Amino acid sequence: MEKQILVLQLKEQIIKQLKLDDKKPEDIGDNDPLFVEGLGLDSIDALELIVLLQQEYNIKLKNAEEGQDVFRSINTMADYILTHGNA
Amino acid sequence: MQQDDLYITGSVIVRNGSFYKNGNLFWETKTDEEFLNNAYTNLGLNYPKFYKMDALGKLGILSSDLLLRDIPYQHYQPFETGIVLSNRHASIEADAKYFHSVSEIPSPALFVYTLPNIVIGEISIRYKFKGENAFFVKESFDPDWLTFYISDLLNNQSLHACMGGWLEVANGEYEAFIFYIEKIKRTGSLNFAPQNLEQLFRK
Repeated sequence: MEKQILVLQLKEQIIKQLKLDDKKPEDIGDNDPLFVEGLGLDSIDALELIVLLQQEYNIKLKNAEEGQDVFRSINTMADYILTHGNA
Repeated sequence: MQQDDLYITGSVIVRNGSFYKNGNLFWETKTDEEFLNNAYTNLGLNYPKFYKMDALGKLGILSSDLLLRDIPYQHYQPFETGIVLSNRHASIEADAKYFHSVSEIPSPALFVYTLPNIVIGEISIRYKFKGENAFFVKESFDPDWLTFYISDLLNNQSLHACMGGWLEVANGEYEAFIFYIEKIKRTGSLNFAPQNLEQLFRK
């Protein structure tokens, strides 16, 4: 899958999975931080992102520390999926 | 039992798609599956975390917003305001949704709502209340118990104000009756007494 398509798909999946009903894909920058000052996600959202990777891309994170780099932005998530998943 | 020095200074009822503030109809709509989200938009709330909540949390936030928008609750210190709520079916809707999600991958976001007192946490976070709180599961609305328990918190503990009431979500139906108790009298306030709570609840 092309990265550009994956990035858009990820934004739509995150909005749905995390119930960000007040957001649209275009509101989320590819390099915006997902946590704190960016999208403002919290620790429960982090767990939901792990579930999303597993459900949609059959990817299981090896350890929690890995998540800090993977979930930095939409771009870092897409890169991880392209190198570790079946996208 | 009547507490002469405690007053009901505001109340909100949500029932059959209608929102009542201090006994007056504030807004009404049909009760379909978008009822709570439509109410969020029409009541003019701006709290995006609302969308993540379960139905009980949403009902609590909506009714609290309507109750507190005319009450100067910031007058009290965070530790001086408490919350005491009750209902019959606890967190049954969230419990059922989580139970169904377990057949695939359990959802952490659903799991966190599988206790009825989580709604108290949501209200406390929004309004920065840090006083005593409790959630009681009762067969039906119990004005005697609520009067007894809240009066004790206000008379013998550190509280100066307390939100109390009944917050029920079950079988797709929503019912809320919440009220605000203070030690000072305001325009239109009633003595904090079971018969007054019962009268407001049955309105």
